Amino acid sequence: MKTFTELNFSGRLVAVEGLDGSGKSTQIYLLKRWLEAEGVRVYFSEWNSSELVKSATSKGKKRELLTPNTFSLIHATDFADRYERHLLPLLRAGYVVLCDRYIFTAFARDVVRGCPPAWVRGLYSFAALPDLTFFFKADLEVSLNRILEGRPKLKFFEAGMDLRLSSDPYESFRIFQGHILEQYLAMSTEFNFVVIDANQRVEAQQEIVRQLVSRCIDLARFKRRSPLPLPPPMRRPGKAVEFDDEPVE
Amino acid sequence: MKTKKQNHIVIPQPVRRRFYGHGIPGVQLDDLVGKLIAVEGADGSGRSTQIARLVVWLETTGHGTVQVGLKRSTLVSEELERAQEGNILSRTTLSLFYATDFADQLENIILPALKAGFIVLADRYIYTLMARDMVRGMDDVWLKNLYGIALEPDAVFYLAVEAEELVQRNLSKSATLDYWESGMDLGLSRDMFDSFVQYQTAMQAAFRQLQKTYGFTIVDGNHSVDAVTVELRKKIGAVLTGK
Repeated sequence: MKTFTELNFSGRLVAVEGLDGSGKSTQIYLLKRWLEAEGVRVYFSEWNSSELVKSATSKGKKRELLTPNTFSLIHATDFADRYERHLLPLLRAGYVVLCDRYIFTAFARDVVRGCPPAWVRGLYSFAALPDLTFFFKADLEVSLNRILEGRPKLKFFEAGMDLRLSSDPYESFRIFQGHILEQYLAMSTEFNFVVIDANQRVEAQQEIVRQLVSRCIDLARFKRRSPLPLPPPMRRPGKAVEFDDEPVE
Repeated sequence: MKTKKQNHIVIPQPVRRRFYGHGIPGVQLDDLVGKLIAVEGADGSGRSTQIARLVVWLETTGHGTVQVGLKRSTLVSEELERAQEGNILSRTTLSLFYATDFADQLENIILPALKAGFIVLADRYIYTLMARDMVRGMDDVWLKNLYGIALEPDAVFYLAVEAEELVQRNLSKSATLDYWESGMDLGLSRDMFDSFVQYQTAMQAAFRQLQKTYGFTIVDGNHSVDAVTVELRKKIGAVLTGK
């Protein structure tokens, strides 16, 4: 698997991952505001947000129709729709794309639900890796409390109730999130996660995020008023590559 | 059928089953005592006619039947239909959407029915889905992994009909060619007739390639309806008796 940079895309993709309540959505939102203010061409995409797939997903969730496999497949469908229709063209056009959750969310959740890891990874093998992935690591108790205090009614799949971990949704949620955290940590090195201590103050985290983003991405190249960078030729040395037709290993 | 002992009802013999890949976790394969028969083929290949005949025959000879097919899942069938009408999904998305539809039926209809001892007739199974994706340039390895969840059927029949004959059958039936069955999304030709012939020819090539891996039976669908029925019954009869 390669990053968008390695694949010669002119755009860059930044992803945030972490447990519910880790504060990752706040951080990526603040990152987006900053990039916008800087005049950077930026696009934000959220997990599970494709209009087309939404009705099926919400029906499946509401009526508790989903099995681990269909849960996994329908989220992959949602991702593919956003990936092919939005992310790829934007990244070709030189945008900075910010993703609130990327394929690693599926790698963690679906495996906790019992799907074979190789199968899940295979499903998403058409997707390139982010150029920068932040993992917001909060103490399990901290993220649990943030969620459980703020929004006391837990949804069935959100609490992992389909896994029959506990008949109490709160207890189920705790166990489920604990398992997901283990999965995240296990893949942290493999996928070059930049681990951010999410127990820190919002501002302190944002400071680090902005520093790293500006270090990894030459933001001047992505500013709106500068002339559009010409898309580089789409080929690897020695071998012609069409991005549409060649899945990323 | 003139059989000597019409009253004797055959109890299907159990066979060793397998999933193509990882399969569905937690399924006891030995519990799946029914039979899974898949019939593949383009629109106009006689698929639906043959399945309707098989249902009558099987039920008359004492077997419970259940039918499944593409775009029939509770979970996503409506959404899939709607998305296709607008032709707004790109190919990976469409592929995964169909896979979701398949997985929903596999887990909620096919596996429970097989457990309960039914003969499940699939009006198209994973092979049509794979062939369509192959024609659209999807990666073989990716597809194989995706459909690693699928159970290997007891028999798979591909009703092969020449593209020119398919055109005739489709036109005589509805006086029009279906957008998707003509592969119009591929932009092979603006002429629907040309596109249909090219697309169906490519689909047949994809099926023949899949046949090498999955070893299903290719039935000459150019033959008469009765002749095809006889062939299917003979082969399914052998599956039921375990011979």
